[in-house]
Amino acid sequence: MEEWKFLPFAHTALKNLFSKPVTTSYPFAPAKYPERMRGHVEIDIESCISCGLCARNCPPGAITVDRAAGTWTIQRFDCVQCGNCTNVCPKKCLHIRPGYTEPDCQKHSETFTRPVKPAAPATKPAAPAAQPAAQPAQTPKSDPQ
Amino acid sequence: MAKRSIVPFGPQHPVLPEPVHLDLVLEDEVVVDAVPSIGFVHRGLEKLVETKDFKEYVYIVERVCGICSFGHGLGYCQCLEQIMNVQVPPRAAYLRTIWMEMSRVHSHLLWLGLLADAMGFESLFMESWRLREKILDMFDATTGGRIIFSVNCIGGVLKDMDNGMLMRLSEVTQEIEQDLRPIADTFLWESTVRSRLHGLGILKKEDAILAGAVGPMLRASGVAYDARKLGYAAYNDLEFEPITSEEGDSYARCEVRIKEIFQSLSLIRQAISKIPNGPIQEPVKGNPNGEHFMRIEQPRGEAIYYVKASGGRFIDRFRLRTPTTSNIPPMVQMLKGCQLADVPLLVLTIDPCISCTER
Repeated sequence: MEEWKFLPFAHTALKNLFSKPVTTSYPFAPAKYPERMRGHVEIDIESCISCGLCARNCPPGAITVDRAAGTWTIQRFDCVQCGNCTNVCPKKCLHIRPGYTEPDCQKHSETFTRPVKPAAPATKPAAPAAQPAAQPAQTPKSDPQ
Repeated sequence: MAKRSIVPFGPQHPVLPEPVHLDLVLEDEVVVDAVPSIGFVHRGLEKLVETKDFKEYVYIVERVCGICSFGHGLGYCQCLEQIMNVQVPPRAAYLRTIWMEMSRVHSHLLWLGLLADAMGFESLFMESWRLREKILDMFDATTGGRIIFSVNCIGGVLKDMDNGMLMRLSEVTQEIEQDLRPIADTFLWESTVRSRLHGLGILKKEDAILAGAVGPMLRASGVAYDARKLGYAAYNDLEFEPITSEEGDSYARCEVRIKEIFQSLSLIRQAISKIPNGPIQEPVKGNPNGEHFMRIEQPRGEAIYYVKASGGRFIDRFRLRTPTTSNIPPMVQMLKGCQLADVPLLVLTIDPCISCTER
């Protein structure tokens, strides 16, 4: 005789009827991301040496490095979060962090400018007031394209 | 002779997640012939290998498919490791095996959900995908990505799993196994599901071999062939036997896939219990020069990878033959003689992945 089971799904259906939903009520409840989640790339621009390895090794070509101007630009909408830039960075100043980037109607890039280093100290140390003031560490600005 | 008519099926169809087109030749309601055509989502990813650095290409080959992404990365990396004579550390081989088996669980659960959806059993579809979510969360926690993992590299893997993570993974596999039992019972014993699948699209053993079926399609027809038995990654150290069924119908294909989920869950636990300590990556120097051909068992069946390089940064030729490519001829054979209303379900039972097929 052929083997058979009586209403095998009934138990699951009844259980689901009286239990809480499995899904969360996002966006009212914040999403929880694991520590390793590859959401977006962040740069510690003060440590960047503008070597350009990240730009050369970026599969979709989302990163641009301008050595003369000391800028590091990323096209957030082109980035595929593969993490290759963080692997090749010699100064380890690039990090891939949890949390997705925000949606937008237009593609835009984000530019970070390296702070200008203070001039090399003269043989006789100058007064602190004479030293050039450092620029802010991170100056992200949006350039709509 | 009844009047013949041609009904187009796809590329847009409610049961098809991906575009494949079939010209169905009908006599009344019976299919007498089917002419498949693909080419709607071709992206030229194989050609891209000529303009991308060979290390960078790992991230591109993963994007051939959203379900078999880990396997594609693995196949490509293993080819280059063979060409460059790189010995992968044992821990990396075990980690690759664990991720590969997790991919199989997530692919088969996805397929079960799609099958239930095609039959109109919505709650069973939701249940299958609820379980799949647990595996996706584990992927997110261990690799950093839910679908595209980016952990394979030439010479090993990029990320390690600590003991806590391995223990958690082991617990999750047990939870899934427990939750999967009622779902498996429903697929295998529920009378509506059984009557929908039994005796539908029978593919005999000889026909399956002649038409070149691979993976669960081939095993459901009674051929005990599994490319994992070739012993790549850490499969040599693990104990398992290919799962087969004799009937060769849609029910047998469903049964094989369900049993493979249980097998994969036990393989994950087996690999966790045997995983050695040590490095996860072997440094790679220079550029590849030579060619290599290899096979791996993707969730959908055997996939073939071929790489030819001539000492430069760019690879001359990369060829990838995916399981769906091999499963289309047996599918056409199966369709002959079936009812028009059964076509969507039969197309689904080969687990088609058209993005993979067209690359």
